[in-house]
Amino acid sequence: MSVPALELSGLKKSFGKAEIIRGIDLSIGKSERHAIIGPNGAGKSTLFNLITARFAPTAGTVKLHGEDLAGLEPYQINRKGLSRSFQITNIFPAMTVFENVRCALLWSHGYKYSFWHLVNRKRDLTDGAEAILDQINLLGRRNLPAGTLSYAEQRALEIGITIAGGADVIMLDEPTAGMSHSETDYITDLILKVTEGKTLIMVEHDMGVVFGLADQISVLVYGEIIATGKPEDVRADPKVQEAYLGAALEAEH
Amino acid sequence: MTDQLKTDPARPAQRMRAGAMTISLAPWIIATFAMLLLPLWFTNNSALTIMNQMSITIIFALAYNMLLGQGGMLSFGHAVYAGVGGFACMHLMNATEFFASFPLPLLPFFGGLFGMGLALIIGSFSTRSAGTVFAMISLGVGQLIASSSVIIVAFFGGEEGISGDRTYAMPFFGVEFLQQTEVYYLTSAWVLISAGLMYLWSRTPVGRMANAVRDNPERAEFLGYSARWVRYYSFVASGFFAGVSGGLFAINYEILTEENLNATSSGIILLVTFLGGVGFFFGPIIGAIVFTLVQTVLSLETELWAFYAGSLFVATVMFFPGGLAGLIMMHVPAIKLGKWRLLIVPYIKTLIPAAIGILAVCALVEMTFHYRHGATGDHEMTLFWTTFDSHTLMPWLIAAAIAAVGIGIAKMTAPSLKEAWNEANTMGGKS
Repeated sequence: MSVPALELSGLKKSFGKAEIIRGIDLSIGKSERHAIIGPNGAGKSTLFNLITARFAPTAGTVKLHGEDLAGLEPYQINRKGLSRSFQITNIFPAMTVFENVRCALLWSHGYKYSFWHLVNRKRDLTDGAEAILDQINLLGRRNLPAGTLSYAEQRALEIGITIAGGADVIMLDEPTAGMSHSETDYITDLILKVTEGKTLIMVEHDMGVVFGLADQISVLVYGEIIATGKPEDVRADPKVQEAYLGAALEAEH
Repeated sequence: MTDQLKTDPARPAQRMRAGAMTISLAPWIIATFAMLLLPLWFTNNSALTIMNQMSITIIFALAYNMLLGQGGMLSFGHAVYAGVGGFACMHLMNATEFFASFPLPLLPFFGGLFGMGLALIIGSFSTRSAGTVFAMISLGVGQLIASSSVIIVAFFGGEEGISGDRTYAMPFFGVEFLQQTEVYYLTSAWVLISAGLMYLWSRTPVGRMANAVRDNPERAEFLGYSARWVRYYSFVASGFFAGVSGGLFAINYEILTEENLNATSSGIILLVTFLGGVGFFFGPIIGAIVFTLVQTVLSLETELWAFYAGSLFVATVMFFPGGLAGLIMMHVPAIKLGKWRLLIVPYIKTLIPAAIGILAVCALVEMTFHYRHGATGDHEMTLFWTTFDSHTLMPWLIAAAIAAVGIGIAKMTAPSLKEAWNEANTMGGKS
């Protein structure tokens, strides 16, 4: 097997005496769509924050394409090709929709901290941002302040910002949280479309979305992964059913 | 969501780009002509001095807004970057032999380099975070440098400061800058260049990311940008332009003192910038013009000018957080809808009584001041071209009555103004 896109080994995180993540080993292959599920408070978002260096792990390593990420800042990890969205919508609300996406393109287009280019004059930025807007169906909202969009549109915009930089590992933290059924379907299709050929790691509560999108599922309970595998195997796993899934599945079907 | 408005991705955007270009060039051309022509109307030296003072404040306020408005960094000690740039220029002026072969118009650039040098050092640790930490460091460093001005006498000249003579510079195409007009054109050229460069800065990748970091530093980090480095770049650039304004101050006044460094100056530039409006690029320009007028013209009329400036500032913070620029831009939707005419009559009905009422309140303030602080036995005062005895009851009653009536009428007509405002900002209906 080739080098996994993301590899966690012995990952632990404690806040004071509370051990939130209790030793996670997980390997996610290239172009895999991996969903992390689990009950509330299982540590899913904490796990995301450990991978993206929002928090420093207490022990263990995170490797992106075989490279140890220890000691790197979020922006450095992003430059290595890992991008994420947030559970609570995290965009630039005062800037226009177009500008939100354009900002997400700047680094990957090599502009860095340039003060000798004018962004309005750069066709590659304008065209690139409009291509993304087209993908997420927000071209018609191009010049509105992002904060005035509807909730579902803001979530779509956040996904657009997350993929814009061309990262090949995309992490989405509850992309459909708080959405209606039709909005959820819409976002699910959108995620399928924009993450094609990329590695996708997502935390999700909606089992419909999980089984619709993921080809691998990990179940996180009290800071430990109790099962990893194909959706149907995980669904059948008695441990999983006992811990979490049974109730959720009953509710779904 | 799914029945999204579909637009042709290429064409409308292009049209907008072309339109934006002509619109964005117009103010610069107008400003250039205005600055060229103004001295034809305002020929006396004091008017030129006021205009130069405006230009210096404009550059400083724009530089300050690179931090506050564009970068989200509240500085309480930005005067030191302008001040140190200015002091460096004074020393260059006093290096007689070198200065004799130095063209004066380049001096502000030299000041800018010094302001930038200081910002490179201070910014390396102060821009680690924005918010309170940044504000406290800026205050601390500002006070440190301002108070060291009486200790490091060699550079800051102690209490009397450093003075020099700009005319010792190498003549610049025959111009020796003996005349105030010549200094005016030098200053104007610099204000246009600086404002233009700062505007362009805000359109560059690092300038756009400054906005992004201001709004959401965490998001910016997950887009590959270090929030700290973005802030540092803004800070250094701001230090440069602050230094330029210091250099122009040196040329204009030929003396720099502790006053150019201290917290009062830092506070004033915050006030100027906020008054003008931090949300728009041209906000600080308006702020600088208005404040300089208040400071120079109003201060000739009344000793209480600072009180009025302060009241204006408090009113702005409380009622118009977008500043004067925000107040102007508020009217853009109504103008775009073509319904701004609806506002004229309601404005007259409300604002004129309000203005009269406020002037009457000012009269009461002036009378109180005269009553308490006028020379003993001097009961006579002149206000609004009227001379009266401030120790009799009548003027007080009249002023109070005018104030009450003016503000009362304004209050009564305010609801209809609000109605007209809503109407003017709603699409459809009669225009």
